Amino acid sequence: MVNKFEMQPVARRDLLKLAGVGALTVVTGSLLPGLAKADAASVAEAIKKLIGDKQPAEGRITLELPQIAENGRTVPIALEVDSPMSDTDYVKAVHVFADKNPRPDVATFKFTPGSAKARIATRMRLAKTQNIIAVAEMSDGSVYMAKNQIKVTIGGCGG
Amino acid sequence: MAKAKARVKVPKSVTKGEVFQVKTLIKHKMETGQRKDKKTGEKIPRMILNKFVCNYNGSEVFAADWHPAIAANPYLAFYVKAADSGTLDMVWTDDNGQSFETSAKVNVTG
Repeated sequence: MVNKFEMQPVARRDLLKLAGVGALTVVTGSLLPGLAKADAASVAEAIKKLIGDKQPAEGRITLELPQIAENGRTVPIALEVDSPMSDTDYVKAVHVFADKNPRPDVATFKFTPGSAKARIATRMRLAKTQNIIAVAEMSDGSVYMAKNQIKVTIGGCGG
Repeated sequence: MAKAKARVKVPKSVTKGEVFQVKTLIKHKMETGQRKDKKTGEKIPRMILNKFVCNYNGSEVFAADWHPAIAANPYLAFYVKAADSGTLDMVWTDDNGQSFETSAKVNVTG
């Protein structure tokens, strides 16, 4: 399992450089406007693995992050998704990404109607100043997205 | 299953239907696989908790999948709607499939 993680991102990034990022930015640019091209590709890929070809709409997610993270080794994050959280209308999952970390996936949080509130708080490691992206999947199949930039003074990925 | 080195905080009592916060904190290095051993220069292998599940009286109410970007000694706060009195069982699982568990009592009045 460790080898699988190590191999895939490196291989894909090399292929992207060879194939020409231009073709990919047409797709990824529309999915994630405002992100730098190289980063958008890896985050878009990670998002596609989780939600397929769905296009997220903006809104419904509130991302709470400090403007500046003094210590990249532990950065608090809270997020909440606006939802009735009823048996028929609730948030199924929220996926969080950090677009300039060694790998973009941070976590997936899975809710049920019994959660009653689609809100979590946790702490992440961030390598450097970057965007945090949250993608929420609703029980009706709709998908939403939010993105915030966070400045990181001292990176927290070790090595 | 091993006992988790974890702390859980829930309100002392809640009324039926109330939405309450659960705070969890577990001791774990969350070794990312990026760090290098200072003496040998070799990368220290990845070893993280990659899964968290919370069951309320036996039914899964909340879960999470974690990647190396979750900070060491993972803190996680989430919410649960109070139904019947009972137990919240929390289980963390690491990359080797080993599980660590702890539980908290939920005292529901009204």
